[in-house]
Amino acid sequence: MAGVDVAGTAAAVDTPASTAGGPKRRRLRHTVRRKQAAFRVIVVTVLMAFFLIPLISLLDFSTRLRNNSRSGAAWSKVISIASATDASSQKVWQGLVNSFILVGLTVAIMLVLLVPTMTWIRLRLPRLRRVMEFVCLLPLTIPAIVLVVGLAPIYRQIASLLSTSPIWLCFAYAVLVLPFAYRALDAGLEAIDVKTMAEAARSLGSSWVGVIWRIVLPNIRTAVTSACFISLALVLGEYTVASLLSRTNLQTAIFIVSQDDPRFADALALVAMAIGFLLLFALSFFGSGRKARKV
Amino acid sequence: MHTRTGVSVSLQNLGRSFGPIHALDGMSLDLAPSEMVVLLGPSGCGKTTALRVLAGLEDADTGRVVVGGKDITNTPTNKRDMGMVFQAYSLFPHMTAQQNVEFGLRLRGMDAAARRKRAGENLELVGLSTQANRYAHQMSGGQQQRVALARALAIQPQVLLLDEPLSALDAKVRVQLRDQIRRIQLEIGITTLFVTHDQEEALAVADRVGVMRAGRIEQIDAPDVIYNAPITPFVAEFIGSTNRLPGHADGNMATVLGVRVPLLPGSPTSGQVSVLVRPEAVRLRPMTDGSDGSTAGTATVVATSFLGAHGRVQARLADDSLVIAQLASTDVAELSVGQRVVLVVQPAPALATAV
Repeated sequence: MAGVDVAGTAAAVDTPASTAGGPKRRRLRHTVRRKQAAFRVIVVTVLMAFFLIPLISLLDFSTRLRNNSRSGAAWSKVISIASATDASSQKVWQGLVNSFILVGLTVAIMLVLLVPTMTWIRLRLPRLRRVMEFVCLLPLTIPAIVLVVGLAPIYRQIASLLSTSPIWLCFAYAVLVLPFAYRALDAGLEAIDVKTMAEAARSLGSSWVGVIWRIVLPNIRTAVTSACFISLALVLGEYTVASLLSRTNLQTAIFIVSQDDPRFADALALVAMAIGFLLLFALSFFGSGRKARKV
Repeated sequence: MHTRTGVSVSLQNLGRSFGPIHALDGMSLDLAPSEMVVLLGPSGCGKTTALRVLAGLEDADTGRVVVGGKDITNTPTNKRDMGMVFQAYSLFPHMTAQQNVEFGLRLRGMDAAARRKRAGENLELVGLSTQANRYAHQMSGGQQQRVALARALAIQPQVLLLDEPLSALDAKVRVQLRDQIRRIQLEIGITTLFVTHDQEEALAVADRVGVMRAGRIEQIDAPDVIYNAPITPFVAEFIGSTNRLPGHADGNMATVLGVRVPLLPGSPTSGQVSVLVRPEAVRLRPMTDGSDGSTAGTATVVATSFLGAHGRVQARLADDSLVIAQLASTDVAELSVGQRVVLVVQPAPALATAV
């Protein structure tokens, strides 16, 4: 009974207080909410401006002629690039194809190299984890230009033994993406109990390849997608190594074209960015699709 | 459900070191076909290592593993034909319960219809046929371990290995699942090695319990023998509770607090000894006013605890040592802290050690 009395008293005291302070409190809440909304709009506007102004400027420049008149010639050239016969278009097309092949090869090398190695180290050689981490993060500390000094003699050998094809850049790019891919995959492996799952799969009759393919990979799908994102973005935007080793990829091709036809190069840069964005979007959809279905 | 005849398992003189630590130190163990042996021991005694060596998840430095008369010491894990349930939840998170159970069958090339049928049977065996389409994160810990058991049994392995599968579960589920495991094991007659640190669990399900210490089996016997006739002080003190009471050995008998107690083999035959007496072999009698307070068997009650059908009383002897007695709850209720009591030891066989 005492409890009921206390509650009743509290309610009685509360009611007039809330009636008196209600509108004031509501006004205050409304003001705070308005300020927060305004702050959010300002932050988003500043960020959008930061990202969009250069892109809009690029678009503006790609369509503006010297006499300030407008022309869509650069964009027409971009649209017909695959079938164009002029040297600059062919150069860019070749660079684009090379870059896409390099993305595929780099991602494949990175996954084949890292996923089994990292899984094995977690299962059997945990003491080597720090060593592995150090080795994988090392490329981050070496500037690309220094890396090229070391890579040049190797690529001279590759050129004499295999060919001068730019696709061999995939080995150098696999090294460049190591630190980022390692971080992404490590986070994925950390989130699952690799050891127990691998042992369970082994006891059920799975081979080691089966453990990685059927058990580990599906459970680090998001991490693999992240590693692919990073690799894709890095390879599509890579210029230094390709340029210094005199190989053609998208970025070096755009640079060469920009010497003669800067508007075309700008239009290409925008398109390359859009393609990169679309690929990342597609990958993110692929990475989250299964999970969404599961729930 | 498919019933099969189990195979024999023999671990012979196994040795395994991790740096300076000898996890297994010449350990030997034989399991008869269809037998369930539980390895019990304190942390670090080597019980899990022994099971992992049998599973092929750990390599032995020395010794042999023989299953069904065949030496499998160097056979890789995936070729050993053993089902295993782990302490940690080991269901594959990206698969449903049904897919988890089908996993091993898929690896064996079984066709989809037969696979579904077998998986369904095994899920039914563990009482989870209605949860077949659930993922691990949609199931409780107990359900996950039951699916793991169904998955291990679905491949119809020669040997079932259970590595503390109940230790992450709450007490009630633990008892239910423990009984379910034993029922299934008896039903299908599979040779089973079960590792646990929970002695109640071990005594409840095992055909034989092996008590391990420092990489060796100290004693392996039926649960009642392990409890009532331990052959070493370690086993006596590890299984259940024991009181060390001073006594005098004379042949195969000892005198403890004025009572003649038969001694188990391995006890000293003469001189002063410590007799290991179970709490249920100690009786407490309230002292009447006329009793002699200087009697060797007198003590003061220092704590009582109610445990359901029975209770425990801690009493302090004149030499300051504590004695635990297990009594019926009604008897415990008659005692109070600070009360003077007389200790009476039941003449049940006990092990003694030299002082």
